[in-house]
Amino acid sequence: MNDVVIPLAVPGAAAAAACPGAAAARTAADYKSGYKPIWCPGCGDFTVLSSITKALAQLQLPPHEVAVVSGIGCSSRIPAYTTCYGFHGVHGRALAAGTGLKVARPELTVLVAGGDGDGYSIGGNHFMHACRRNVDLTYIVMDNHVYGMTKGQASPTTEPDWDNKLSPGGPGIRSFHPLVIALAAGASFVARAFSGDPNGTAEIIAQAIRHPGFAFVEIMSPCVTFRPEQKEWRQHVRPAPVEPTDDPARAARRIMTDDGFNIGVLYAGMRAPTHPGRRAPTHTPADLEKEFEA
Amino acid sequence: MTAPTPPRTLEDLMTQALAMERDAVDRYTEFADAMEVHNNAEVAALFRTMAGYERKHAEQIMAQMGWTQPPPVPAGGFGWPDFEAPETVPVDEVHYLMRPWHALQLALLAEQRAEAFFAMLAKTATSAVVRRAAEEMQREEAEHVALVRAWIEKVPEPDPSWATDPDPPRYDE
Repeated sequence: MNDVVIPLAVPGAAAAAACPGAAAARTAADYKSGYKPIWCPGCGDFTVLSSITKALAQLQLPPHEVAVVSGIGCSSRIPAYTTCYGFHGVHGRALAAGTGLKVARPELTVLVAGGDGDGYSIGGNHFMHACRRNVDLTYIVMDNHVYGMTKGQASPTTEPDWDNKLSPGGPGIRSFHPLVIALAAGASFVARAFSGDPNGTAEIIAQAIRHPGFAFVEIMSPCVTFRPEQKEWRQHVRPAPVEPTDDPARAARRIMTDDGFNIGVLYAGMRAPTHPGRRAPTHTPADLEKEFEA
Repeated sequence: MTAPTPPRTLEDLMTQALAMERDAVDRYTEFADAMEVHNNAEVAALFRTMAGYERKHAEQIMAQMGWTQPPPVPAGGFGWPDFEAPETVPVDEVHYLMRPWHALQLALLAEQRAEAFFAMLAKTATSAVVRRAAEEMQREEAEHVALVRAWIEKVPEPDPSWATDPDPPRYDE
């Protein structure tokens, strides 16, 4: 897996490299690459980037010990905007790459990031099994209920009655419920955050990173271009009125019965993370070649 | 978003004021960067100027308090009245075709929120030192409100069709 983790030659990398072990505390700015995001002005992903960098600063993680892995989509551009190691991978396969990286390099902090289309549709199967495997990753999904990069098609989390040119009358299909799926599949940390609350989101991401095991953070991140009505989310979002629970049944009941606007850590379980460990190869490439030749 | 906690000491108050200014710097800088990427140079320059002013205010607070590093954020945050500090413009309030007039309207609202916030702190202060400092901050914010209002008068209100894009990302029927 080492081959796929490519250090980005980014403007802030030199400054970040100068940081390790230094006495001065790292600030959020130390985790920003200096590349200007190309997201639409007003996009929620700007503040998610800010929250990730604030969380990393809060935890004082050296940038060279953090890897941000993504798939495809607007939000999946995020690795390039950090000074951490990054891998902008194949559509829907961010969790597969992130899991492989964490297994091969367990000492790294691995953040996997992407959008609702990448994570729940193209990568839906990886999502379920990453929850089940419970490898120590943090998975951040910027959910705007739409495919923004490809100009506004309905995604798995789009409401059935979202009427638009591409789905007249709405897709008519029940929305995917990622938090419940994550819980049922075995994620050991489940949280919902809102991009309009960057400091609260940073705190949740920091908790997710500290949590041992697969930590899933679903961030409501409005798409102001294709879903401008999502600006209304700000009026509805509120902190969850309950403390996090370690009881999955109670968490499932809460998540299934709330209106989707409660933010905070909704479940923090105690299932031990999976550490597959590294095993020495049993065959060399030459051995395999011989088998094929035989 | 928690219930506002009135600062008990001058240090508490100025820590809060500094955090407000620093958050505003970050947001205006984000906006300036986004507008540059979207080729809206005029508005980008305006946001960059706003970030510069807020940075100067932050530096003034640091100098006034004799701080070399910003004090740490208290556990549990500051308890802003909303999700973000009062002087921070919400991230979704901008548009790639916005004009300077719109940017100044956002700045005006931000300064007004800051003024109201310090007025509330002055009213709820439990010590004379904190009350005086909060009143001073409120006066400064009121000056900023007046300044932004004066700028707005010099900037023409945009045509109602300001958001028309001949090649829009979204086609509505």
